[in-house]
Amino acid sequence: MSKDTNAPSRRQFLTSAAALGAGAVAASAARAAGPDPLITEVQPWASGFGDGVDVTPYGLPIRFEGDVIRRNVEWLTADTISSINFTPIHALDGTITPTGCAFERHHSGAIELAKDDYRLMINGLVDQPLVFTYEDLERFPREQHVYFCECAANTGMEWAGAQLNGAQFTHGMIHNMEYTGVPLRTLLAEAGLDAAGELKDKWVYVEGADASSNGRSIPMEKAMDDVLVAFKANGEALRKEHGYPVRLVVPGWEGNMWVKWLRRIEVTNAAVESREETSKYTDTLADGTSRKWTWVMDAKSVVTSPSPQSPIKHGPGPLVITGMAWSGHGKVTRVDVSKDGGMTWETARIAQDGANKALVRFYLDTTWDGEDWLLQSRAIDDTGYVQPTKAQLREVRGENSIYHNNCIQTWHVKANGEAENVEVS
Amino acid sequence: APAGLRFGLGRAAMPEEISAWDVKIMPDGTGLPAGSGNALDGEPLFEENCAVCHGSFAEGVDNWPKLAGGDGTLAAKDPLKTVGSYWPYLSTVWDYVHRSMPFGNAQSLTPDEVYAITAYILYSNDLIDDDFELSPETWNEVEMPNADGFIVDDRADTEYTEWRTDEPCMENCKPEPVKITMRATVLDVTPDQAGDEAPADAAEEM
Repeated sequence: MSKDTNAPSRRQFLTSAAALGAGAVAASAARAAGPDPLITEVQPWASGFGDGVDVTPYGLPIRFEGDVIRRNVEWLTADTISSINFTPIHALDGTITPTGCAFERHHSGAIELAKDDYRLMINGLVDQPLVFTYEDLERFPREQHVYFCECAANTGMEWAGAQLNGAQFTHGMIHNMEYTGVPLRTLLAEAGLDAAGELKDKWVYVEGADASSNGRSIPMEKAMDDVLVAFKANGEALRKEHGYPVRLVVPGWEGNMWVKWLRRIEVTNAAVESREETSKYTDTLADGTSRKWTWVMDAKSVVTSPSPQSPIKHGPGPLVITGMAWSGHGKVTRVDVSKDGGMTWETARIAQDGANKALVRFYLDTTWDGEDWLLQSRAIDDTGYVQPTKAQLREVRGENSIYHNNCIQTWHVKANGEAENVEVS
Repeated sequence: APAGLRFGLGRAAMPEEISAWDVKIMPDGTGLPAGSGNALDGEPLFEENCAVCHGSFAEGVDNWPKLAGGDGTLAAKDPLKTVGSYWPYLSTVWDYVHRSMPFGNAQSLTPDEVYAITAYILYSNDLIDDDFELSPETWNEVEMPNADGFIVDDRADTEYTEWRTDEPCMENCKPEPVKITMRATVLDVTPDQAGDEAPADAAEEM
């Protein structure tokens, strides 16, 4: 036998207990109701069998975690093919994003490209234009790094005000994975860069195998620094929707440049000024001029719990405030948390030293007495950059930049433990 | 082995392969294939291939991108950013249409068709006459209104100098008591589960 669905689960017990009184006292009610039958009665899982090892060759999360999934916001885009979904960051902890719920952004859908059909071309100002197969790529010396990939549009819906009610929706266009791949500079060296002459004014144009192509121009200095041609993420092959079998990893830079299903790398003497770096991924300022080539994602953070999708349900007492922080300029060295909308701050604990251009997890172990909070977090990176408020950003940029909104987020935590996305003075 | 090889991996790319995949057009028009077209040629092509999403006059249907209009709106509260009002280079129009449109049937247009459709988009933006023959020879006669509308990322000067500090404020950081000025629940545009007022996936009660 496996699961007895008639047995009272802990969840059902607590739900019925909560129905008798305020949800906030459910835990105490469970304690007061006498000996806990989950302890005093032999439970089926303590007596019968669980699943055999042949049941799940490749597993998914247990069914109770069914809400930890990507979500789409229909009204954001004209259709679901050129669109975005959101990582359930409100429910995650640590820093590594499970690939199965890591956000997607496609411009002509997630294509299926077999390793056998995969080709990578290097051409342009190189000594020898080359074609690689997937097998060729696995024969170059590899590197491993953890990096965040944040969509340039993350938090973009919030420029004009508090709009979407949940960290997943306001900050979930991000994932953080451990990549294995070949440095781009290794492949460029294989083709030879003598023909390119002086490198500092040269560019690399990269494009994908999908219909949108997503072509972007990258300055040679970055291409020769830390860009990876990656084929593994979090230990396994890239997911189809994340560029299988090969994607570009562009540490610290806006997610649009992380070209998926990478098929061509061209050395050029100027930026191509493609659609994705003129019409899109340019940031319009209040006076109507627009910034282009805003590649780096600045320091940013968000409290993931408590948050609108992760309310306080345990009532007053000990509370873990947690969230994540990141910077495209380097390491996050400190995160401050405010409970009063930025009037006073206390420094949170960073769980593990931050890696370069990767997420860090922060905790503030505190006590909640049931009062209203205006909860904020503020990241500081190793360049001394302090995450700005939305007012500071708007003062420089206006409200029509669309991209690169790294403002401090405020959650209004109410007496009933619920939290709401708000703006404050 | 060809020059430059360090590991000897990969093989030489053939000219036919490079020309099949390297179809990019540079801002100065480098890369344009021979061919031509005008807006009169482009109108039926646009109607057949593009208008279902972009409208018969490139004005856009529903949420699909508007390709024309918006002149002079970039500093407005809600700018309308189109080929005419926003795009700096004509090369991008040709390149993107040729490579990635129509949506769902990309790379199906011949060079002449792309010239004609590009001309129709320009005509819809009042940038050329309907008989203007767009080709590599006439390419530089087209002026894009927002060609000078872009600056290279200047955050290092306008933001980083201000926001890099050793000592961020820790106490009494605001002159007046903090007030809530805007709430997301007023807009109520976050996806809900049926009958549930919480956001779509409020964490399950333990």
